[in-house]
Amino acid sequence: MSETDTNQSKLKIPKMATGDRAILPVGASTIPVYIMGKKYEVPETLTIMKAMEFVGFKFIRGAGCRGGICGACPTVYRRAGDYKLYFGLACQTVVEPDMYLAQIPFYPANRASFDIDTIDPVAESVYALYPELFRCVACNLCTKACPMDVDVLGYISAMKQGNIAKAAEISFDCIQCGLCASRCMGEIPQYHIGQLARRLYGRYIQPNAEHLKKRVEEIDSGKYDKLLDELVKMSKEDLEKHYIEREREPDLAPSGTWMPQDTQYL
Amino acid sequence: MGYTPELEKLIKKVEATRPARVEMARKNEHFPALSLKERGEVLNEYHPDCQNEGKRSVKAGPNKGDILQDGVARLLESKPVVKPENIDLAKVDYETDVLVIGGGGAGTSAALMASEKGAKVIIATKLRHGDSNTVMAEGGIQAASQECDSPFYHYIDTIGGGHFTNQPDLVAALAHDAPLSISWLESLGMMFIKNSDGRMVVRHFGGSSRKRLHSAGDMTGAEIMRVVRDEARNRQDKITIIEFAPAVELLLDEEGKCAGAILYNMETREFYLVKAKAVIIATGGFGRLHIKGFATTNHYGATMDGVVMAYRAGVGNKYLFSTQYHPTGVVYPEQNVGLLITEKVRGLGSHVLNSDGEQFCFPLEPRDVESAELIREAMERGKGIMTPTGRVGLWLDSPMIDLLHGEGAVKKELPAKFIQFQRHGIDISKDPMLVYPTLHYQNGGININADAETLVPGLFGAGEVVGGIHGENRLMGNSLQDIITFGRRSGINAAEYVNSDVKLKKLSLDHVVKFEKELEDIGIKNPVRAPILLPDYSTEEVSARRWNEPLKESE
Repeated sequence: MSETDTNQSKLKIPKMATGDRAILPVGASTIPVYIMGKKYEVPETLTIMKAMEFVGFKFIRGAGCRGGICGACPTVYRRAGDYKLYFGLACQTVVEPDMYLAQIPFYPANRASFDIDTIDPVAESVYALYPELFRCVACNLCTKACPMDVDVLGYISAMKQGNIAKAAEISFDCIQCGLCASRCMGEIPQYHIGQLARRLYGRYIQPNAEHLKKRVEEIDSGKYDKLLDELVKMSKEDLEKHYIEREREPDLAPSGTWMPQDTQYL
Repeated sequence: MGYTPELEKLIKKVEATRPARVEMARKNEHFPALSLKERGEVLNEYHPDCQNEGKRSVKAGPNKGDILQDGVARLLESKPVVKPENIDLAKVDYETDVLVIGGGGAGTSAALMASEKGAKVIIATKLRHGDSNTVMAEGGIQAASQECDSPFYHYIDTIGGGHFTNQPDLVAALAHDAPLSISWLESLGMMFIKNSDGRMVVRHFGGSSRKRLHSAGDMTGAEIMRVVRDEARNRQDKITIIEFAPAVELLLDEEGKCAGAILYNMETREFYLVKAKAVIIATGGFGRLHIKGFATTNHYGATMDGVVMAYRAGVGNKYLFSTQYHPTGVVYPEQNVGLLITEKVRGLGSHVLNSDGEQFCFPLEPRDVESAELIREAMERGKGIMTPTGRVGLWLDSPMIDLLHGEGAVKKELPAKFIQFQRHGIDISKDPMLVYPTLHYQNGGININADAETLVPGLFGAGEVVGGIHGENRLMGNSLQDIITFGRRSGINAAEYVNSDVKLKKLSLDHVVKFEKELEDIGIKNPVRAPILLPDYSTEEVSARRWNEPLKESE
């Protein structure tokens, strides 16, 4: 069979999508998009990422979880005739006709190291690590660029006011893609500051779990070692018996209020 | 965009049955769960793992004779990316105490613990540091932290969920270390959902007897990854991170000890030799092989690399025939197809419903059972819901969450999922979601013991690449726990091994030469080159126009 014959047989549109390979869905038409200025025809319903793969791009950078949570595929785009810049994740944003797009898979940002065990959990520690925080002019471009709709200016402002808890909570959905930092005229690494605030909050400001501390002490004292040894050696029949006889904690019982009838294995 | 008028009509049926179902849930009444016998029946008939088509016997290596999916078997019988005869093993590019292959949750935890024990560490990772399935784990992490719970029940739930096929010492290690892991993460500054007094908010999951699931919003894995990665970045003096440089082959020394790896810089296409006294494989799973054409929840790099490299070094694996299909992957809208809907949605009380808006299963069966029940409802009973793109799904009634836990609960408990659907015009606190099983997790993997050691001295394993912890079926929240438990154990034990005064002899790739010879002797024709590193999503049309052969670069 000649090369041409093979190509001919391959040149039919597949009917079913398998795995993650993009197809031209039945009934969908193609639209023009401009990938880094160059025109391609892509199926209208696809995400930017799948559309780029559809026309033949293979990512090394610029693709990660493909589910909107890792921050590997930040993308900036314009629409034809529109002066505005738009931002999104390539794996989450659907292509539009005459979209001009470029990916920004990495953007340099200053990160300051610290010791979580010895750092003083006060705002001054954050200021000392990131004095550029006060270069913020509240222009709000960071928030406009955020693909996760995080109120970036909100947590930066909270941090400027010394409110670590508020900064931690507002910044929680951050995926550290770096689009905020790419737009900042104060050259602030917002997402690293948010990370610092969250770690200070999680370690020092949120109260520690006392029941967990107690359990850790019990484990360290060897309380469960014998029980676990017995389980490792237990026959399948006995394991099944234990499995079937389990009591189930009621769904709506508040944590820490319910106790089982059988307490010998606690 | 939102739902089409046809789908909206079907949603009316869900709304019609909802008040009575919410009443039921309030009274702690459930659709009856299956007995162990009934579980076996529905699995045998409807679970993709149990069907024989597409499987075959492995012809070479430590698992010779095992029956595996064809795509998996082919990678085990693959040939190396490098040609051993072309490599100068005297020319070492990096030297370190511990080399961690993989920069996800397991690898990073391993690096942190090894560095704490005084070891110099290199993390080599295929994509960015943190690009992993860890970041995608949404619902939570298990640990018996409550008074009504104990490692005993964590063990029993886990081994029962795995149909009693789990490797017992690994389950015991998991149940034992789980509270220690949570405490470690808390000390690193992870933001768990807690009550105002600091008590962890814990929830049920499929197959649980106690509420044991700790979480951070609906991005628990992402929060874990952010925290451990940030901590690794604080330790630049001890931990060197090399991104976009996957390992493609393990190095042994003349005595058969593990002695490093060959890395491949995907951007410059250079190879590097790393000499290391101990190596930890933490490369993750194989979702991107798209077994049986299923969509996957996995990240871009999940291509079974670690299993392949370990195999050539003589480390076999178990349960690789077993793939977890998460019962609730998105089937609508098309842009989100394959993405995971965390089990937490059902843990919070949402029912799974057919096209009549009726329940047909207990919503919190172990995952394989739940998946098989969904497939049966759609395929055998014809009660699935068709999407405009020809996919089939079942309803997941998320609006129940606000009704059971108060207005705003969906947004608070599932912020990322809420945004993801809102982008496409669907408010999941008002309308249900359409779901169907999706390829989620590699249950099997390389053989280790409870100290995370393989049979090759100096070679350790942790995370999804490892097999046996979950047996043939994993429970929710045990994967995040296993990456931390075995990540930490592998890091500590690798450092202790290094500190025991390991002397490496001359580097060797004889194991690779020997493996290639075995393939040749058996007569395996055209073995694929692996690790494959990244999936290829080129369309057939584009591939055909590439004229691969004439334009291929010299090898």
